[in-house]
Amino acid sequence: MSASYLEASARNRILGLLDPDTFVEFLGPTARVTSPHLPGLDMPVAFDDGVAVGEGKISGRTVLIAAQEGRFMGGAVGEVHGAKLTGLLERALDIKPAAVLLLLDTGGVRLQEANAGLIAVGEIQRAVLAARHAGIPVIALIGGRNGCYGGTSIAARSCDWIIGSEEGRLSISGPEVIETVEGAEEFDSQDRALVWRTMGLKHRRLLGEIDRVVGDDIAAFRNAAQEYFGKSRPLTLEALETQHEFLAKRLERFHDCRDAREIWSRLGVNEPARVPDLDPDQFENLAGTIAVQRP
Amino acid sequence: MKEQSRQKLERLFSDLFGNGYKVDFDGSLLHGEATFEGTTIAILGTSERAYISASLALEQARIVLDVMRDHPGRAILLVVENSGQKLSLFDELIGNNGYIAHLSTCLDAARRRGHKVIGLVHDLAISGGFMATGMATGDCYACEGAELRVMAPEAMSRITRIPLERLSELTKSNPILGPGVANFERIGAIAGVWSGDLRSHLRHALASPDREDPRRDLGEERGGRQLAAKVARAVREGRQRL
Repeated sequence: MSASYLEASARNRILGLLDPDTFVEFLGPTARVTSPHLPGLDMPVAFDDGVAVGEGKISGRTVLIAAQEGRFMGGAVGEVHGAKLTGLLERALDIKPAAVLLLLDTGGVRLQEANAGLIAVGEIQRAVLAARHAGIPVIALIGGRNGCYGGTSIAARSCDWIIGSEEGRLSISGPEVIETVEGAEEFDSQDRALVWRTMGLKHRRLLGEIDRVVGDDIAAFRNAAQEYFGKSRPLTLEALETQHEFLAKRLERFHDCRDAREIWSRLGVNEPARVPDLDPDQFENLAGTIAVQRP
Repeated sequence: MKEQSRQKLERLFSDLFGNGYKVDFDGSLLHGEATFEGTTIAILGTSERAYISASLALEQARIVLDVMRDHPGRAILLVVENSGQKLSLFDELIGNNGYIAHLSTCLDAARRRGHKVIGLVHDLAISGGFMATGMATGDCYACEGAELRVMAPEAMSRITRIPLERLSELTKSNPILGPGVANFERIGAIAGVWSGDLRSHLRHALASPDREDPRRDLGEERGGRQLAAKVARAVREGRQRL
């Protein structure tokens, strides 16, 4: 039986990923740790500040897991929300789980808590890197309606592994922001196909920004995530040099491209226009042969 | 603008190092080194209120990697001056978030490998531009008078649907909402503001011990961020209640 990852709530994503009855939530809704800032703006709060964090098991192995609730303020990161994520990542240093799973579904910083949200994302990123330096794999999962934008896209790209569905998007600036500042000639935010092929996860996979595209199915995310348990990407000077070379080559190779289809074609995709229609298995077969692999 | 930006930075460097520095300005990228009380310091960063594009992030990362390889342990002074990330179709297409993450991962790695990595916000820093650079250093300071913000008040008003007048009223009393270095200092994102005797600030920054992440505790002490430290601690300890 398949269950849509896209349609599920944050807690149902967690429950679907974990072994039954293993989820222990920290500071859950009954703790009622809410945003201290939203009431002053006459805005409603959520009893979990829009993120569930806790511990559980996948195939018997202990993991730490967090899921942003995209239906509360677009999954945006505020003070409490961000501190829950940071605390969870720091807990990894103490209990050494098989992995930390971050189910990201967010527009980035919560503008109503602007400064506290921005610093919180910086703290999350540092905690991600601390876990990685301690040899604990951090896996980002992206497949919700909000995609993963803003500072959170930087934090996601600081993780060891990124898995996503084709419904997911990963990019720093939202289409509307680019259009508002630079005009529709630069980026037409109404052009959904353009948004998808520029920021969507199939493009990110072909480019070597993420590791795996799966179907919109919680079980598929679960299976894919397990492959990375106990596996880290090193952060040695040598590994950073390799990453640097990889990013430099991409800029050089695609510097004159203005559309993802040009990039796909240059990578060797025979029919770039067909990429959107490929189902996840067909797509992964293609990606396995022509995509640039993350080093 | 270009000349002005450069002159302001030259003044900053000569206040800090007298004649003991050599910095190249290469477009909006700057890099070089300086001698401070017998110690060599690597200098890098951006000027001209740069927009951080994928290529500008990569150029800065290159310098951080070179310092780690050629001069293990050398202190790094990162000049943070930018207008945020570059907003363009190409930069999204190529994955600017990945380039920026690489830059901050390199800065973070340098700190963990024993380099003193000091950020200094100069003139202006915005949102992702601050996160990618200043927030990935050990301690980040700001020059007096520098501007620091997530978003211009007009845009914030439009997106949050809080009328501009009310927003500017709220930002006066609320350090998490308002722009400005003082607010970022109160929430712990800025370790301190440099004014007057800049050399004594730098001396102090070089001598301060490295801590993994003191920013939540600073925010709590300074009264700008009351919950972050408590919440993170409770979750780290696996607690059900705060």
